[in-house]
Amino acid sequence: MTAEKTLTIDGLPVAIQDEKNILEMIRRAHIELPTFCYHSELSVYGACRLCMVEVEGRGLVAACSTAPEPGMKLRTQTPQVRELRKMNIELLLASGNHDCPTCSKSGSCKLQSLAERLGVTKVRFHAPVPERPLDTSSPSILRDPSKCILCGDCVRFCDEIQGIGAIGFTHRGSQSMVAPAFNKGIAEVDCVNCGQCAAICPVGAITVKSDIEKVFDVLGDPSKTVIVQVAPAVRSAMAEAFGLPNDTFTTMGRIVTALRRLGFKKVYDTSFTADLTIWEEATEFINRKQKGGKLPLFTSCCPAWVKLAEHDLPEILDNISSCRSPQAMFGSLAKEILPGELGIQREDLVVVSVMPCTAKKFEATRPEFAVDGNPDTDLVITTQELARMIQDAGLLFGELPVGSLDMPFGFKTGAGVIFANSGGVSEAVVRYVAGHLGEENPVVQELRSDKNRRILEVPTKLGAIRMGVVYGLAEAQRLVKEIQAGQSDVDFVEVMACPGGCIGGAGQPVTHSAATREQRTQAIRRVDAALDLHCPQENHYVKEMYSERLESPNSHQAHHLLHTHYQSRKRIQGEGISLSDMTGTPKIPVSFCVGTACHLRGAEVLLKKVMACVDQEDLGDRFDIRATFCMESCDRGPTVKVDDIVLHGATVDSVMGLIREVVAEGAKG
Amino acid sequence: MCSNVVEAPQSARQFAKVLQILASFGNEEAKLVPILQAVQEEYRYLPEEVMTFVATALGVPPARVYGVATFYGHFALEPKGKYVVRVCDGTACHVKGSQNLVETLRDILKLPEGKKTTPDMLFTLETVSCLGACGLAPAVVINEDVHGLMTPESTAALIEDIRREEGL
Repeated sequence: MTAEKTLTIDGLPVAIQDEKNILEMIRRAHIELPTFCYHSELSVYGACRLCMVEVEGRGLVAACSTAPEPGMKLRTQTPQVRELRKMNIELLLASGNHDCPTCSKSGSCKLQSLAERLGVTKVRFHAPVPERPLDTSSPSILRDPSKCILCGDCVRFCDEIQGIGAIGFTHRGSQSMVAPAFNKGIAEVDCVNCGQCAAICPVGAITVKSDIEKVFDVLGDPSKTVIVQVAPAVRSAMAEAFGLPNDTFTTMGRIVTALRRLGFKKVYDTSFTADLTIWEEATEFINRKQKGGKLPLFTSCCPAWVKLAEHDLPEILDNISSCRSPQAMFGSLAKEILPGELGIQREDLVVVSVMPCTAKKFEATRPEFAVDGNPDTDLVITTQELARMIQDAGLLFGELPVGSLDMPFGFKTGAGVIFANSGGVSEAVVRYVAGHLGEENPVVQELRSDKNRRILEVPTKLGAIRMGVVYGLAEAQRLVKEIQAGQSDVDFVEVMACPGGCIGGAGQPVTHSAATREQRTQAIRRVDAALDLHCPQENHYVKEMYSERLESPNSHQAHHLLHTHYQSRKRIQGEGISLSDMTGTPKIPVSFCVGTACHLRGAEVLLKKVMACVDQEDLGDRFDIRATFCMESCDRGPTVKVDDIVLHGATVDSVMGLIREVVAEGAKG
Repeated sequence: MCSNVVEAPQSARQFAKVLQILASFGNEEAKLVPILQAVQEEYRYLPEEVMTFVATALGVPPARVYGVATFYGHFALEPKGKYVVRVCDGTACHVKGSQNLVETLRDILKLPEGKKTTPDMLFTLETVSCLGACGLAPAVVINEDVHGLMTPESTAALIEDIRREEGL
């Protein structure tokens, strides 16, 4: 028998299990040590110094970055520790622009709640707050660097969990701040709008961009007919915003009533178009599987994932389902069908969506999802924003009667609702494929696990389908690399950017608790279990939609209204590097792409050789040769542009051929 | 197909040098600081596009390269003038009147408020914390040349000499 290894916390003996740091042990002893920068899913940073405790013989240490040792004597409540914590909060309050009543984070701000909890009632220091302008460039998030406390949570989440690194620390000392590369607007870099930086930000330095006022404005405009769609995940978390028990059916019914009271003419459910998405996506998958098309097929419902692929994974764009997301399908159908039915112009129909997601705000602005400049989805608000609108209007959410959705777009099966959970889209596809092949609905338990990566095999008459389910974009990128290296063999991959899927979206009420996310997941499953229908094929309104308008899944009309295409995107907006002398007569521009994809395809060697040829043929004074970053056709690189002509898969001969042609043209003309 | 390499214009040679620098450090992320130092030596500052290219080549987010470049005072994000004038403002030089030298220089270089480089890109004025030449306080360094025991008059004379050399 081995003696139990223990240490004491405020005199209480606690057994050391496998904790990596004493902070975890202190929390196990039911003490909520305050922290800003400690999150179990992120690396330990040790910056905020709020978790300082006294260790006998060692003095003050940061609990998050101190490993437990047997015999340690910890004290969490000495006068010195308490003084230190209060002082830290006071200094943070003095160092930024923390005016609580007008801050949109008020109520869910950690700095505010810790100041209250620790009894910081006075700030004795008054440092001039440096002028730092708002970054309003993104449709999804708003950055206010003057409120930043430099805990680095957003930087680590973006880098470690999403694998992007769109923001980082810049400068030093009192000038330190968190900013995108080159201090550009967040929309000008490779941010995918997942909003998790805003969700994890303990203060109001990064928040969700609010569209509340715009929605109130259209609701108050008598010339507009305003309708609304509510995403599946919203019902799983809205009750949290009002401190009510999470009874999903009542919550959804109250959301419907609240929306009608706010003035929406029709209230619909995005789960309807989620059902429709499965008809389209599963058909696309079956076709690819049977006809030997490009596999694996990646899902396309998550707009953050789609944008990431456009920036960084151009080679897999053909593997991403061409299906629009349920939000986009809803907008497209609503604007196609409803103006005729309601006897109004398309421009006078306003489609609002309520989403758990900040990236949906960006998705709605994509030019592909508009007709003649009129967007299919006009405005997107998050769960949090709807809660605020309900409060703004004075509606007592907990006392509202339960309302029912409008038809046909309010009708759904359980398959459409489980889209909210990681693994849900896959489960819906499995149900559809089984139904399509006349098989029993298999319940694949593994699809319902909470791991951020699941690889499993579902036996069907089509043969075994190997499915991958991931959440978190870093994990998604790792899986893509393994697939490309031939280490993972899968047919279908579901990707969601946020923890646990859309239920953990950045538009949901703020939580850092895995238990809360699990409650939301279970709430969604209860809706699925309670509905009469579980298989997307059983949605008779979707069936009707096909017989009346869309013919069949993947038909020409379905493609026109429900599918899209993707394009490679630049990571950083900016000019190229000029390689020629910029003097003399106007020159013909020749641009060589040296972005990631072209770089890997040997763009530099090509560039060097072409420059040598240009010099040898004495054409240097005719051309302005530039190295540029990304011409957004990464899958066909290396890409070279001579004047207005774009060459894909460029070689020295093809580029020189074109250059000579342009010279000959010039001589003629 | 051509293969002879002939004299390429200045900017192309610089870009080729960047590729060479990256290769000489094995495209290793851990060598980011020496890579940026070498790149800065080539361009005399760190152009944004070149930093993005370095990030791409090393497989790191451009935001991280920018973070490193802004952390160290040694790295310049804006083009510097042909002559970089560094006035030492360490303790010894400070008490020996280095601030007077800075004021004189701002005056004769006609530098607008908040600007470090003259519009003709000839001069950049900087202060440094200590050159380790306290015996020569106050010290001024122009590019690589150290000038000690400076007065406002002798400093102005140095600038005049350069202007004359440049034919101004």
